[in-house]
Amino acid sequence: MAETAAPATTRQKDLSARVSPAAQLRSAFETGSLRGVVELAEVSFLTMVGLRVDRNSDAGQRIASVTGGLPAACGGVSGSGDTTVLWLGPAEFLVVAPMEAHESLGGDLIQALKEALAGGEGQVVDLSANRTTFELTGPRARAVLEKGCSLDLHPRVFKAGTALSTEIGNIPAILWKTRDDSYRIFPRASFADFLGRWLLDAMREYASPEVP
Amino acid sequence: MLLISCPNCGSRDETEFHYGGQAHVAYPENPNALNDREWAEFLFYRDNTKGAFAERWLHSTGCRQWFNMLRDTVTYEIQAIYPMGTARPDAAPPAPESGTASTAPDSTTTGTAAPSIAATSIATSSAPASTTAPEGATK
Ligand SMILES: [Zn+2]
Repeated sequence: MAETAAPATTRQKDLSARVSPAAQLRSAFETGSLRGVVELAEVSFLTMVGLRVDRNSDAGQRIASVTGGLPAACGGVSGSGDTTVLWLGPAEFLVVAPMEAHESLGGDLIQALKEALAGGEGQVVDLSANRTTFELTGPRARAVLEKGCSLDLHPRVFKAGTALSTEIGNIPAILWKTRDDSYRIFPRASFADFLGRWLLDAMREYASPEVP
Repeated sequence: MLLISCPNCGSRDETEFHYGGQAHVAYPENPNALNDREWAEFLFYRDNTKGAFAERWLHSTGCRQWFNMLRDTVTYEIQAIYPMGTARPDAAPPAPESGTASTAPDSTTTGTAAPSIAATSIATSSAPASTTAPEGATK
């Protein structure tokens, strides 16, 4: 049998070959953003890990020591440094970490979580390609979201440092308020184009002068 | 649109939920022992109640957890929300004497049971079992 000669070069990681789910909207996001009013951008390739574990179990506590805690209830966000854990369900969490935490770029987060789970009951699943991240910021960000999200987003109710799994523009998404006037939205990759365009459309009115 | 109070997440729009059909339809003890009619009744026959109806719901775009709801099929009033695996809360009005295990009108093991009448006369035992709503979850 003919040996297929494997190229002797070590496989280089060509990061420029990656395409994020809303890459085609990058320039539209730039032109649609209004400085100091409402701005939209995609944050590509964040590392995301799905956790299924009972936070009161031994395995849950081992995992919490890796992530810097597991949130206790709906809306909860915990974590340490740039690794954040969002509450998705009573025994379901989403870890969000910078791109570099992914094992393909030399990170060890996922491996550490798997080791923490060890033989315990639960799951640690790399979901980095499952969702993309939109960052919506500015004083009008809430008004944009309110066009398609029925949660009470008023700051006295929806506080910075809270994340909720809900619907935005009729599609399921996770909404994380990172700071005042600053939101991260996690749509699934297949909804990214739709939600990106939906948000741009919702932002458009703020480009016009306010009608007195 | 119904505003449904998820036991985990608080009040959310109905569009975040999926309906799961009649609650308390127990899987047969021994499916092999059923004849075709009984099996068909387990699979397909459901009450068509006018009034209070116990049904399952899934908070599909939220916490992805199932729960039970007692809902009036005429007025859409949600009378109670209670965890999976617990008995239907309206049961018969509590028998005055002794704690006789009040068997709820938990109709359904084989689907032939009578629909729960008395729906309208139920002393609404509806402390909506919702827990405290988390930040941002209330409308
Ligand atoms: Zn829920």
